Amino acid sequence: MTDQFTYSKKVMEYFKNPKFSREMKNYDAVAELGNVKCGDVFRIFLKIKNNKIEDISYLSYGCMAAISACESFCRLIKGKTIEKAKKISYEDIRKDLGDLPIFKIHCTMMVVETFKKAMENYEKKH
Amino acid sequence: MRNIIYLDNGSTTMVDPKVADKIMIYMTEKYGNASSLHQKGQETKMALEESRLVIAKSINSKPSEIVFTSGGSEANNLAIKGVAYMHKKGHIITSAIEHPSVLETVKGLKDQGFDFSIIKVDKDGFIDIEQLKNEIRNDTILVSIMHANNEIGTIQDIELIGKICKDKKILSHTDAVQSYSKIPIDVKKINVDLVSLNAHKLHGPKGIGVLFIKEGTKIKRLIDGGNQEIKLRAGTENIPGIVGFAEAVKSISNSDIKRMEKLRDKLIDGILKIKDTRLNGPREKRLCNNVNISFKFVEGEAIGGYLDAEGICSSTGSACSSKSLEPSHVLMALGLKEEDAHGSLRLTLGKFTTEKEIDFVLQKLPGIIEKLRRMSPFK
Repeated sequence: MTDQFTYSKKVMEYFKNPKFSREMKNYDAVAELGNVKCGDVFRIFLKIKNNKIEDISYLSYGCMAAISACESFCRLIKGKTIEKAKKISYEDIRKDLGDLPIFKIHCTMMVVETFKKAMENYEKKH
Repeated sequence: MRNIIYLDNGSTTMVDPKVADKIMIYMTEKYGNASSLHQKGQETKMALEESRLVIAKSINSKPSEIVFTSGGSEANNLAIKGVAYMHKKGHIITSAIEHPSVLETVKGLKDQGFDFSIIKVDKDGFIDIEQLKNEIRNDTILVSIMHANNEIGTIQDIELIGKICKDKKILSHTDAVQSYSKIPIDVKKINVDLVSLNAHKLHGPKGIGVLFIKEGTKIKRLIDGGNQEIKLRAGTENIPGIVGFAEAVKSISNSDIKRMEKLRDKLIDGILKIKDTRLNGPREKRLCNNVNISFKFVEGEAIGGYLDAEGICSSTGSACSSKSLEPSHVLMALGLKEEDAHGSLRLTLGKFTTEKEIDFVLQKLPGIIEKLRRMSPFK
């Protein structure tokens, strides 16, 4: 973690070329977390098949760190079993992103929390 | 290398190559200490006083009223603390949209027994003159109101503020760092006792500023040491910076101001064609180089990130762009909702900005906003 306001190459790469940012139709679970007043809102959509995260997408109102954290998380969990996906932590996102300014770490935590909420919503129904 | 379109001139400007050439001479050839009696010292002493004269003339002051500092922040500190320490106690008035070097200095004096009042602003950033009049007390020692705002470009009626203070026999200070070179400043006309200026907002070097101190105004110095700057600011004078400052001042031109105004208006009109946008700050009485617009449903740092990817440098008042994670205090003082402050984008022009560059921004920005709005959960 750095207290400098600089972004890693990976953050910039994910931010500039978002692959998972889209609204999903026919999703199996969705959840939203965050507050527009704070400047971060995440919505995560999940498609689950055979106990696996078949597809994931997100919509994000937020900064470069927020968008790149979503991208990273989607890359990390797509195709994984639910069990494995649940073990992905904000630390894994941080490692994948290379590094993040310390005051942006909350973005990675919020992405994981949004996913957990989506899974709770899924499990209530199934 | 791709061309950079630099639209963050409110943060700092490119040093004019003519200015840089002059600075180089005073770093490599004329490098004497202006306090030295030998010829190398005397040639820089002469340059120091010539530069002081250039800056004095530009604001219609006497050269003896010009004190060089390390920049605008030091000038603001010297003005406010200098007056406070001279009075030992008292009450200071400032506004809600000042630069942190004013606001934090005033608030910090509270711990040393001083009191303060903060004047509110209206939706366009103009201070409440009635509140200012009402806040003046018997123990008020200073009123510090900025000339033009760095984020939203609002130009205050500093002449009126100066008159109110003069009538009440209270010292007044204005932070004119953003307005200097863009609005004529005549210290005799505006009746202000202390004025902060710096060089790096007008294509001069960083690390050099000025505090105009009206003759007869008593302040305490903050940096103790030698007798430089009429005993008000110790330290060997930054001659390359001072000479560069004067050189930048010599290049101030009315035609640059008019050109920037035209480009600013083109940029504002063009951006406001995008749906769900609002201009922050007034349309009139606005700095010639300032554009500040909020976009609904998107976040400003992300806008800046995509602009940067296109080679366009900008800034934002979003919380996400600050370590404190607080949105701009200026935008919040206007009464904006947090989300509108988060979605703000500031583009500030300089004398080297071209119409072609403005056209390029207007060509790229709508697509960036559309992309971010597609990615946003809010529609």
